[in-house]
Parts: sequence; C-alpha cells; structure tokens
Amino acid sequence: MKRRIFAYPYIVWMILFIVAPMFFILYYAFTVNGSFTLTKFWATISDPQNYEVLWTSVVIAFKTTLICLLLGYPIAYILSNMRKSVAAFISVLFFVPMWMNFVLRTYAWQAILEYALPALFGWTDKTLTGTEAAVLTVLVYNFLPFMVMPLYNTLSKLDKSLIEASRDLGAGSFHTFTRVVLPLSIPGIVSGITMVFIPAITAFSVPVLIGNGNYDLYGNKIDRAFKILAESDYSTGSTLALILLVCVLISTVIMNRFDKEQAGGQLW
Amino acid sequence: MVKKIASGLKYVYLGLMLFFLYMPIIYLIVFSFNDFPTVGRRISYANLGKWSGFSLDNYLRLFTGDSVEPLLLTLRVAVVSSVLATLVGTAAAIGINSMKKRSRSLVLNVSQLPMVNPDLVTGITFMMLFAFVNSLLVKLGMSQMGDYVKLLIAHISFSIPYVIFSVMPRLKQSSNLLYEAAMDLGCSPTRALWKVVIPDIMPGITSGFIMALTMSLDDFVVSYFVSSLSSTLSVHIYSAAQKPYGVNPALATIIFIPLVAMLLIVNLRRIRKEREYEIQNKKVKMKNGGR
Repeated sequence: MKRRIFAYPYIVWMILFIVAPMFFILYYAFTVNGSFTLTKFWATISDPQNYEVLWTSVVIAFKTTLICLLLGYPIAYILSNMRKSVAAFISVLFFVPMWMNFVLRTYAWQAILEYALPALFGWTDKTLTGTEAAVLTVLVYNFLPFMVMPLYNTLSKLDKSLIEASRDLGAGSFHTFTRVVLPLSIPGIVSGITMVFIPAITAFSVPVLIGNGNYDLYGNKIDRAFKILAESDYSTGSTLALILLVCVLISTVIMNRFDKEQAGGQLW
Repeated sequence: MVKKIASGLKYVYLGLMLFFLYMPIIYLIVFSFNDFPTVGRRISYANLGKWSGFSLDNYLRLFTGDSVEPLLLTLRVAVVSSVLATLVGTAAAIGINSMKKRSRSLVLNVSQLPMVNPDLVTGITFMMLFAFVNSLLVKLGMSQMGDYVKLLIAHISFSIPYVIFSVMPRLKQSSNLLYEAAMDLGCSPTRALWKVVIPDIMPGITSGFIMALTMSLDDFVVSYFVSSLSSTLSVHIYSAAQKPYGVNPALATIIFIPLVAMLLIVNLRRIRKEREYEIQNKKVKMKNGGR
C-alpha cells in the first residue's frame, strides 16, 4: 500500500517538466507581450504560405517513408529468413548507425555530396547539395534503420508454419507473400511508418546542412521562429507548433485505426 | 541453381544496404587521418575530400581544440541524467504498479507524452519554460540556470518514461509470492523490496539505463533548443558544420568505436544463447528423425 509513495517524486517531476511546458505553447499562441489576443494566432493560421511549406514537408516526409519502406522491407524479410544466430549478428550491424550521432552522419553526407561524388565524376564546379534528391537521400539514410527495426521484429516472430501451410495448400511463393506474409506484417509496417514519417516532417537540420537553405521545411520555420534572434517570435512559433501537433494527432488516430482494423481482421 | 543465384542476390542486396549505411561513417574515419591545412590562424577541415597526407594530428586536437568542452559536457550530462532518470524512473515504476487502476492509467498516459511528441515540440516547450524560469530568477535577484542544469533537467525528463516502460513489464511478470515469502521469513518490507523485488526487475532497470544513456548521448534537437550554440557534441557539430572551417572528423572514430564495442558486447551474449538454442533444436530434430 505504502509503495505508492515511490511514484510521488516522479509525479511532481512529471507535472513540472512534462505537463507544464506543454501549456507554454498554448500560452504563447494566444498572447502577445502577456496579454490575451488572437491577432498573432489568426495571422499565422490564415497565412497560406505556412500551409505551402507544411505540404512540401508532408510530401518529402511521405517520399522518405515510402523509399524507406521499399528498401527496408526486403532487408527485414531476408534477415527474418536467415538462421537465427546469423540474423542476430547482421541485424545488429543494421541498427548500429541508429545510435551514431545523427548530426555527424549528416555532416559526412554534406562532405560526400559536396566534394567526394563531384570529384568522382570529374565535375569541378558543381556540388550535389542543395537539391531535393540530396535532401531525400540523406533523410532516407538517417531513417532507414528506424524502418528496418520494427519490420524485422514483426517478421522474425511470424509463425513459419503458416507459410508452410500456405505452400502445402498450393499457393506459389508470390501468393504466399501477398496473402500471408504481407498482411501479417502490417503491425510492423505501421510502427515503421510512425517512426519515420513524423520525425521526417520535423527534421530541420538536414534541410539546413544538405539543402543549403533551398528547401525550407516546416521544422525550419519553427526553428527560425525560436532560435534566429532577428526573427524570434514565440507567438508565431507556438502557433506553428500547434498546427504540427494537430497533424501528429490526426496521423496517430489514422494509424491506430489501421492497426486495430488489422487486429480485428486477424480474429476472423 | 536458381536457388543459389537467388540466395546470392540476397547477400548482394544486404551488402549494398550495409555499404550505403556505413559509407559516410567510414568516409569520416578515413579522413580523420588526413593532414588538414591551416587557413589563417586556425585549422580548416573544410576540404573534406582532398587527401593531403597522413597525420594523427586530428586526434591530438580532440584534446586541445574546441571540441573538448562539448565532448566533456555531453559525457557528464549523459552519465548524470541517465543515473538520475533510472533512479527516479525505477522508483516511479514500483509506485505506479501498486496504484489503483484509474490513477495508474492516467500517469502512464501522461508519461507517454514525451515519447509521442516530436522532438522539436519537446525542445521548444523546454526552451519557453526555461526562458520563463530564468526571467523569474532575474526578478528575484538570483543567478540564471546555466546550460548544464537546463540540459540535465531536459534529458532526465525525456529519459524517465523510457525507464518506466522498460521496468513496468518486468514488475508485472515478477510474482508477489517471493516478496511475501521474504516477509514471512522475517524481512522488513524495505529489506524485502531491496533483496527480492529489485534483483528480480534488474534486467529491466539495466535496459532502461542503457536506453536513457544512448538517448542522452544521441540527442540533438532538444539540446539545441535548450542550450547555447556549442553546448553538447551534437549542437557543436551542427553549428561548426555551418561555419567555413568545418568539423574535426576524428570525432566520428571516437564515437563509433565505443558504440560498436558496446553493442557487440550487449548482443554477443544474446547471440550465443540463440546459437545454443539452435544447436539443441537440431539435436532434438535429429533424434526425432532417427526414430
């Protein structure tokens, strides 16, 4: 009974540093210099340029997620069909870059795209940074392990006897894959997508380091509203963050529904 | 024959993907042995693609250059924040576990907030909170919070939920019987907790600690919003990468080597266990086949 006391320090911490900070977004979104007003909020929320940038970010994040899924699914599938001990070793190799400093890896790509690749092709006055392809490549590079991990976890737990059963009942390897393996791996796909899509929308360091400022994504707008002194504006930044949170909420609800439908389907 | 080609293609594909993932890291490590020229009064790492001779100077510069302080701050924040997060988080998990159902689910749901929130949002909320607290402190005539304190608070906050969620499943698995048996044999509740419950949930605590440590070491976004321009290693690299003289590539080596070593040690035990299990399975199969 008395054990509940152990949670009290954390609950105090939680209220101070998890719940309270969230209210600052609401506070700054609806106030200017400490007095309640909707002018800033309305100016930000009705500015079409913000939605253009948001749309560009969503499109780039969608492309990133799709490429990660297309590249990552075969990796996870091959790994899950290997001998357990070999797969355990190789899968660790795939997850190591995940823990390697994100910014340092992006910096390495900056050097590669700016010097190494152009030198390799003999272009003297051309760099590859500042293009959408470059930003996309580096985003895919950074997020690929986050897609492979949940896919591998789901696929390696898949009951192999179901595949054997499908083969016994006369399905070819193509049908076995589309009718058995793919539907059963949907939970992994869903968590892979959530681990890539939202971080990709808000990744502001990649457009800065790789995009040379040509690609203004949504994260960059928020970053500038808070960190660049000349443009510093907590009210605008907070409203932008609110719009982002609404998007996150919507996509989480959609993803959850997808997941649940699938779980319900499995019962039948 | 077709099967052989197919399995060969599989390895080629995995190899290509591993090359894609490791190429930039290896690129930095190779160029960490490059002899970079001095431009003006300071060393310039800008031409990270032009080989101009072998040198170990970059490694010496790790101990004298401007990356020393960020490196030390990163390590200090990581160790202190993950130890504190593990202590508070483990205690919280034990407490939450004996709460009533409704308050328990409320606390757990709120705890998920930092895990679901984009890093960017977590970062700006802390930035605004600290700006507010610092302005209060100034009004009260006290000194403001420095980078170290701000980083510590932020890192502890985003780590605790991960500790809680890796300890909770262990607590649910561990049965109350051992705890009660210890009490029957004369242990005080505190002693029983210490001698029975804690050892039982130790694997969860360890994995929570490792998670908190790596999250703190790897964090860029939250640290960037919370602190000044060259505080932790990630923030230092980010701001140096935008300046003309670039980043010391030797940093890649000293992050990469310990990381690989740690992950291999952690995973080697698991791999060995799986191999034993596989061998046993094979033996069973052979026996069954012999019958």
